[in-house]
Amino acid sequence: MSRIAARFESLRERGRTALIPFVTAGDPDSATTVALMHAMVAAGADLIELGVPFSDPIADGPVIQRATDRALANGIALSDVIAMVRDFRATDAQTPVVLMGYLNPIEVMGYAQFAAQAAAAGVDGALVVDVPPEEGHDLVGALRAQGLDLVYLLAPTSTEQRIRRIGAAASGFVYYVSVKGVTGAGHLDLAGVADRVGLIKSLIPLPVGVGFGIKDAATAAAVARLADAVIVGSAIVSQIEDLAATPQRIPAVIGDFLAGLRAAMDGADRG
Amino acid sequence: MATQAATMAETIDDRRSRADVRARTPYHWPDADGHFGPYGGLFVPETLMQPLTELREAYERYLSDPQFQAELDADLQDYVGRPSPIYLAERWSRELGGARIFLKREDLNHTGAHKINNTVGQALLARRMGKTRIIAETGAGQHGVASATVAARLGLECVVYMGEVDVARQEANVYRMRLLGARVVPVKSGSRTLKDALNEAMRDWVTNIDNTFYIIGTVAGPHPYPAMVRDFQSVIGREARAQMLARTGRLPDALIACVGGGSNAIGLFYPFIEDSEVAMYGIEAAGDGLETGRHAAPLNAGRPGVLHGNRTYLMEDSNGQIIETHSVSAGLDYPGVGPEHAWLKDTGRARYDAITDNEALAAFHSLTRTEGIIPALESSHALAYAAKLAPTMRREQSILVNLSGRGDKDMHTVAKHEGLIL
Ligand SMILES: Cc1ncc(COP(=O)(O)O)c(C=O)c1O
Repeated sequence: MSRIAARFESLRERGRTALIPFVTAGDPDSATTVALMHAMVAAGADLIELGVPFSDPIADGPVIQRATDRALANGIALSDVIAMVRDFRATDAQTPVVLMGYLNPIEVMGYAQFAAQAAAAGVDGALVVDVPPEEGHDLVGALRAQGLDLVYLLAPTSTEQRIRRIGAAASGFVYYVSVKGVTGAGHLDLAGVADRVGLIKSLIPLPVGVGFGIKDAATAAAVARLADAVIVGSAIVSQIEDLAATPQRIPAVIGDFLAGLRAAMDGADRG
Repeated sequence: MATQAATMAETIDDRRSRADVRARTPYHWPDADGHFGPYGGLFVPETLMQPLTELREAYERYLSDPQFQAELDADLQDYVGRPSPIYLAERWSRELGGARIFLKREDLNHTGAHKINNTVGQALLARRMGKTRIIAETGAGQHGVASATVAARLGLECVVYMGEVDVARQEANVYRMRLLGARVVPVKSGSRTLKDALNEAMRDWVTNIDNTFYIIGTVAGPHPYPAMVRDFQSVIGREARAQMLARTGRLPDALIACVGGGSNAIGLFYPFIEDSEVAMYGIEAAGDGLETGRHAAPLNAGRPGVLHGNRTYLMEDSNGQIIETHSVSAGLDYPGVGPEHAWLKDTGRARYDAITDNEALAAFHSLTRTEGIIPALESSHALAYAAKLAPTMRREQSILVNLSGRGDKDMHTVAKHEGLIL
């Protein structure tokens, strides 16, 4: 069983919803990212999504675009992101890490090469935003060969047929994009999310994470009642932006923020 | 899937039968999933998959709908002013020596470029699909103007994304779009040119898919755009093929078109694709020179990758980040190229070369002075290549150049190169 599947199974046994923070790797620098990953785990993160910077992030709103620009200004490449995971793994063998990004850096590295290097560094899966299952066949093959999961997105526009197809192609978990829009978009509609997550769960057996538009503890707690994982990105990344001049403060501030989300979600899990 | 592909191909054949092109062709690209060999495809976030499926289905339906086709033909004739003539550039040809050069006069279309052939078609489709809002990306502003134009005519809301750099160098077109009632949004991210405008338009589309139709201005983007835009632009080649036959009794020996995303080029090439005796040259922007790295020539100096929904040749660094491009012409300043051109390059059916800023400017002046036609800087790249090719050919041979647009929008840029401020 993959580290991701094992993690979701143990969470289910404990009746706990996963908290999954997203940060852009190398924003504002590589050392801070690794320290931040550890701080997030200490604050209650169950899995980490690490954003791989790409010059043309079409699914991202301004907050993550600017984080990407900061990372790219530092010259962060896919191989550097993999190296950050290797550093992280030196002292954390448990917490699953998923790389989230766009296909082109992986195309350039080569699918097999990417899968081998990522697996060797302790990466557990990849979520490639611009690869739907229609185009994912070769990538899935390369990742599976190294025991890596390919996490797929589901959207408000996904038909039942597509949900089934994606459920068949995905492994680890699926990521339900709660709003029509880019990352950091406006507020999610809880009733709508509840309907869609219910539908998804009725069609496929994988754990369902919900992300896009979760900005505060109250929303995180509400989503925790519906989903297997709460994914928070822009709300973290915008705080990192505010602290870019004092990167040493980032792990503690983000840790506090996540601890607040965690406490609210745990209240929801018990309730 | 196979039967669906066959059905779609047949309907396209019906459409092509006017020019009697596809009827005898084994060329059947893209495949049912939008691939041209290894290129093209559908590399988009999940949110866009269903809207793109709906678009493809609507497009396939109207492709074989006689009423839609009649409406499109009427618009192309009465609104765009088609057919556009072919013109023998006699004096210019004589001056250059060698082959006779004919120009396909897309500059005479309403709004001054080939872009309107596509926007008229996509706007009709948008209306049939019940969309009330149109978005577009633009580089030179020609596609933005062509989109704003059809939106005004159909009473649709229109938002045009344009890189900040392009807003500055194409201000006349920005004003035209605003006069037409469009909102022009300057894009400040990335290199602030066409690719970033495309990114921003995609983000808008993901956010507003319920009421919004995205009119992509070239043969790039996810399936079905490369095929759909090609089909709308193929009116250029269908007319030109018949016109050359009527005028000279035979097909031209060579076709030349500039390649930004590649829509005017594929529009000219496609109906000739099975005419193996016709050489096809796509001309990219070499900017300051291919060797300087400051250019916009992915087919000549890039390598395959994935951007904006499709796999194609790109300008990228060794980490797969897209790099900034340079060209004197905003319409060619794009780091990718339509996937069908990538395929035509690999298969050898078309050849791709590049022309520098200075060569294009020289051709701009040369055509203006000898023929009284002021070409767009984009089209001037094709003309500059014709000026190199013609002298290597015989007088009985002919070259057909796609004069994709007129140069009025480029007055400021050209004047600046002469040290003048208008
Ligand atoms: C006159 C003209 N020609 C050519 C182009 C390049 O586009 P494409 O390669 O899609 O024809 C443009 C784009 O703005 C243009 O305005």
